[in-house]
Amino acid sequence: MGACNIFEVSSQLLFSQVLLGLINGAFYAMLSLGLAVIFGMLNVINFTHGAQYMMGAFAAWLMLTELDIPFWAALVLSPVVVGLFGILIERLLLKRIYHLDHLYGFLLTFGLALMIEGLFQWRWGSSGAPYPSPIPGGTNLGFMFLPTYRGFVVAAALVICLATWFAIERTRLGAYLRAATENPTLVRAFGINVPRLITLTYGLGVGLAAMAGVLAAPIQQVSALMGTNLVLVVFAVVVIGGMGSIMGSIVTGFGLGIVEGFTKVCYPPASNTVIFVVMALVLLIKPAGLFGQTK
Amino acid sequence: MSNRVLIAVVVAVVALAAPWVVYPVFLMKALCFALFACAFNLLLGYAGLMSFGHAMFFGMAAYFYGHIVKIWGWPTEFGLVTAVLGAAALGLVTGALAIRRQGIYFAMITLAFAQMIYFLCVQMPFTGGEDGLQGIPRKPLFFGLIPTEDDYGLYYVVLAIFLFGYGAIYRFIHSPFGQVLKAIRDNEQRALSLGYEADRYKLLAFVLSAAVSGLAGATKAMVVHFATLTDVSAGTSGEVVLMALIGGLGTITGPVIGAFVVIAMQDYLAFVGQLVLVIQGFIFVVIVLAARRGIVGEFSAWWKARKRTG
Repeated sequence: MGACNIFEVSSQLLFSQVLLGLINGAFYAMLSLGLAVIFGMLNVINFTHGAQYMMGAFAAWLMLTELDIPFWAALVLSPVVVGLFGILIERLLLKRIYHLDHLYGFLLTFGLALMIEGLFQWRWGSSGAPYPSPIPGGTNLGFMFLPTYRGFVVAAALVICLATWFAIERTRLGAYLRAATENPTLVRAFGINVPRLITLTYGLGVGLAAMAGVLAAPIQQVSALMGTNLVLVVFAVVVIGGMGSIMGSIVTGFGLGIVEGFTKVCYPPASNTVIFVVMALVLLIKPAGLFGQTK
Repeated sequence: MSNRVLIAVVVAVVALAAPWVVYPVFLMKALCFALFACAFNLLLGYAGLMSFGHAMFFGMAAYFYGHIVKIWGWPTEFGLVTAVLGAAALGLVTGALAIRRQGIYFAMITLAFAQMIYFLCVQMPFTGGEDGLQGIPRKPLFFGLIPTEDDYGLYYVVLAIFLFGYGAIYRFIHSPFGQVLKAIRDNEQRALSLGYEADRYKLLAFVLSAAVSGLAGATKAMVVHFATLTDVSAGTSGEVVLMALIGGLGTITGPVIGAFVVIAMQDYLAFVGQLVLVIQGFIFVVIVLAARRGIVGEFSAWWKARKRTG
């Protein structure tokens, strides 16, 4: 197995794998973004993120099969429903552990993920259900065939990520949020309801995960365990990027997706481990992560 | 003091007589997981490092042992020693990288490395992929002096291995080295300023924990005759955390009790199928919210309070 020469690989294969990588990267970006926002505000690594992504996909699938609600409506409704569920979890459980070590938030949300995934598996089994593509067909770009829906996913993910960035970095609510992340006591003294802000943040982060799940539904099978392995990869993405910057999460997510795509072309067996290898390298060279502050 | 002697005698009698009352394979499995949980707890309780990827040492050691004993046909002793060394080597590499980050990042990094090992195990031919390594033979120990075919005989071997591992951890914690480790856990900056190289201590604790986890994994492969992907999966990593949590994080007997509870739950609640995971998740939530000290921690707190008032 010699070094990979991308000029020897057919451009058809190269571009389609890079597109696949971009799609994976879109999901890494959306999920790591949500994790970073939640961690910044709640000081909790949300292990339930993968389960909530799965719930988003399931909600869309149930809406379609049981209530005939189309994809486009589900793209908005499902994140709202799952986000509200997240708010319930935050109000009932998470708020009780903010004063404790980070470890307990990790353990609590891990337990919740086990419960949610176990219940879905028990009710609907482990085999996946297909979700019809809302925009079938595609275009031949000359150098590759682009399925319309996949192109849409990449674009939609970019819009969602940038909108989140804008909301946090450029709006008044975002300014409150960033201030409360830095110094909750002081922000509270200014008369801002910080606990409500925390609840809202968790709902937003969970909603983001659910929206990613809805986008994933037509590409993957909708199944109870679709988020289980994904969340572990996203943890590695978060370690690589560091959780300090929103833009950092977006760039790292898409970047690693592309790296994965290239690996699939060059040396397929390594494609599902390459992100972990990158993580090891980053830990060696820049332990705080590419965009991380030492904290 | 006499109370302690009494407890020790009772524990010894129970441990020796247990296989004649309870199914010995269950006991052996529980002892293996108890040792595994103690190794995990050594790292968390005494170095303050929570690894969420300990299944990689447990599972890889099981594969090493199975491969050496079944495919290469070497004696059991070689299998155990090589498996422990292999797990320690893996611990050295992953530990050296993971201790570069602290706190919750450490948990995520170990989790990620374990997932990488899992993916490798799915692909590599030496693990047998989805089927795993089946039919690992039990061979007699010490040139045929100690038979292991019989479950009752093997029980005492496993008990001895458990006591060896448990004793090693106990010695380690109560050595000067263990004291320095605790100092680092409580205040890393101060330990550094006193001239202790914190990272080196943490790494050694990590390697030792990995090695004992490996011993547990290899012994388990010997008991049940197989090594599978389940042993290296994130599920097993989570289970060992649950065992330590149920028993009491940072207590020395807690993980043993926690392991017996979790293994008993798996065996006796097998009929509920997927719901076992739901129950495990529920226990996580309840313990984190209501009983963070675990069985042993809560019990000793209650005991002390009772003494004070009584």
